[in-house]
Amino acid sequence: MSQRFVRLAETGRPRVRIVIDGHGAEAFKGDTLMVAVLSHARELRESEFGDGKRAGFCLMGACQDCWVWTADGERLRACTTVVAEGMHIVTKQPEAAWANLA
Amino acid sequence: MGQPRVIIIGAGPSGVRCAETLVAAGLRPTVVDEGRRDGGQIYRRQPDNFTRPYAKLYGTEAGKAQSLHESFDALRGKIDYLPETLAWNIADRKVHVMRDRQTRALPYDALVICSGATDRLMPVKGWHYAGTYSLGASQIALKAQACAIGRQVVFMGTGPLLYLVASQYVKAGADVVAVLDTSPFMRRVAALPKLLARPAVLRNGFALVAELKREGVQVLTGVTPLEIKGSPETGVQGVVIRDSSGNERAFECDAVGMGYHLRPETQLADLARCAFRFDHETRQWLPEVGEDGRTSVPGVYLAGDGMKVLGADGAEIGGRLAAMAVLKDFKLPVAEHELQRLREEQARMDRFRRGLVQAFPWPAQQAAQLPDDALVCRCEAITAGELRRTVCDMGAQEANRAKALCRVGMGRCQGRYCANAGAEVIAHAAGIPVEQVGRLRGQAPVKPLSIAAQEEVE
Repeated sequence: MSQRFVRLAETGRPRVRIVIDGHGAEAFKGDTLMVAVLSHARELRESEFGDGKRAGFCLMGACQDCWVWTADGERLRACTTVVAEGMHIVTKQPEAAWANLA
Repeated sequence: MGQPRVIIIGAGPSGVRCAETLVAAGLRPTVVDEGRRDGGQIYRRQPDNFTRPYAKLYGTEAGKAQSLHESFDALRGKIDYLPETLAWNIADRKVHVMRDRQTRALPYDALVICSGATDRLMPVKGWHYAGTYSLGASQIALKAQACAIGRQVVFMGTGPLLYLVASQYVKAGADVVAVLDTSPFMRRVAALPKLLARPAVLRNGFALVAELKREGVQVLTGVTPLEIKGSPETGVQGVVIRDSSGNERAFECDAVGMGYHLRPETQLADLARCAFRFDHETRQWLPEVGEDGRTSVPGVYLAGDGMKVLGADGAEIGGRLAAMAVLKDFKLPVAEHELQRLREEQARMDRFRRGLVQAFPWPAQQAAQLPDDALVCRCEAITAGELRRTVCDMGAQEANRAKALCRVGMGRCQGRYCANAGAEVIAHAAGIPVEQVGRLRGQAPVKPLSIAAQEEVE
C-alpha cells in the first residue's frame, strides 16, 4: 500500500504535477501539500529523534509535525501550504544529509 | 482622539461576530487571521474549486456556517482584513504579525483575542506512529480536502467531537472500524440535567450515536486505551484497549483519530499578561475573564474557544459580547436589551459546557498509568519515564522547571499537545495536586518563524 490518505470526493479537479523525492507525482488543484504527498506516500518526513516516520498530526498549523522541504532547502508546513505546479518536495530534512565532521 | 484602533485576532465564529458588531457601531477593526479564508476551524471553508454543498460539509450546522461566511463577506471593505497572517507576539500594546516573512507591529487601543482551540491530547503508547492524527485533524482532512486519514480508521478519546467526526466519516463513505470512548456511559446519564440546557444539541448527539450503531460501527464506552500498535517505518497497524468489562481487545486499522475534547489556545493571552486561574472541572489553566470577556488587562478581551470551550454557538455569542464590552469601555452606546439577552444565552451555553465536561471527563488517571516507554512529547520523542526521572531524581515538580531539564514542552508544538498530560505525569510522580505543577509560560514567537523573517521598519 503506497498511500496514506484516501480521497472520498472532489476528484474532478484539474491535475497538478509535482516531484516527491525525485519521483513525478500527480495532485489536484486545491490540494494541500500534505494531501498531495500522502496521496502517494505513507509519510512526510523522518523524526530527527530516531523514532521513525511521521505523517503530520493536527492539520491546523499547530503541531508542526508536517514539515517538508523544497529541493532548494526551504522548509514548508505541508498542512497549510497549497500545492503548486512543479513543486519539488523532499521528505528528508537537509540536515540529515550533512556530513558529520565531528 | 480619532477612532479607537481595535484589533481582532482570529476569523472564526467569535472573531467574525465581534467584527460585525464593531462595524455596526461604526468602527473599522483590523482582523488578523492565520487562515487563508475566514471561518476558523469549525466553519473552515473548502478551497474555491471544491463543489460539495453546505449541507454535505456542515450537516446540521450548515445554516450557521453559511450565515457566518455571508456575514464575513459583507464585512469586506469595512474592516482591515489580514489573512494568512500569524500574530506571533504581543508586547507594549502592539500585536506583532507576520505575513510572507515580513513582520510588523500593529498598535492597538483594544485587542480581542479569538484564538480558538486545539485538540486536547492524552498520550498512549505508540501515538507517535505515522497515521495517528488528532480528531480535529481527521475532520479537517474530510471537510477541507475531502480525504479520510486512512483506509480503516479507529476514533479514540472522548467528547462530542469523537462521535461527530466518526459519523461524518461514515457518511462520506470511509471505513470506520470502531469508536472507543474513555468515558463511562453512566457519566452521561449523570450529566443529563446540565446537558438539557440545549435539548436540540443533545438530541443531535443521541442521533449520531444511534446512526453509528445502525451503520454497524462498534461503539464502546468506558474503555482504557493501552497501545497503538505499529512500527516506526510503516506507522499505525492497530489499537489495543481494555473494555469496560476488563477484557483486552484489539482493532486492526491503519489510522487513528484521537482527542479528548479541546484546550483553548491561550499563548497570546499569556503574552498580553492576562492573569490565569486553575479550572478544577477541566483540570487546566484558563485565562481569568470577567463579564463579557474582559481580562485582567485593561483593553484586552477574549472570546470564543480560546477563552473557554463553549463551542461554535457560544463563540458567536462571545464575539458579540466582547465587542459590546469594547464599545462600552470606549463609552460608545450598546443595545442594553440585546446585551442582556446575549448574557442569558451564554449562561445556557456554559451550563451545557459543564455538562459535557462532566459527561466526557479528561482521563487524568491515564497519565499515571502511562508506561515508562510511551512518548509524552511527540516533537522530541521524550518518554514518560524520562519525565518521571526529571521529577523523582532531579526534583523538578514545576512544569517550566521540568521542561528546562527534559524538554517536554520545548519542542516544535511548544507544549500544545503534551503540556496537559505532562502536568498530570509530573503531579502523579511528585504526589502533588496538578494545579501545583503550574502551567507552561507562553513564549514568543507562539509558532516557529523562519530565520529569513524581516521586520518592516516604518
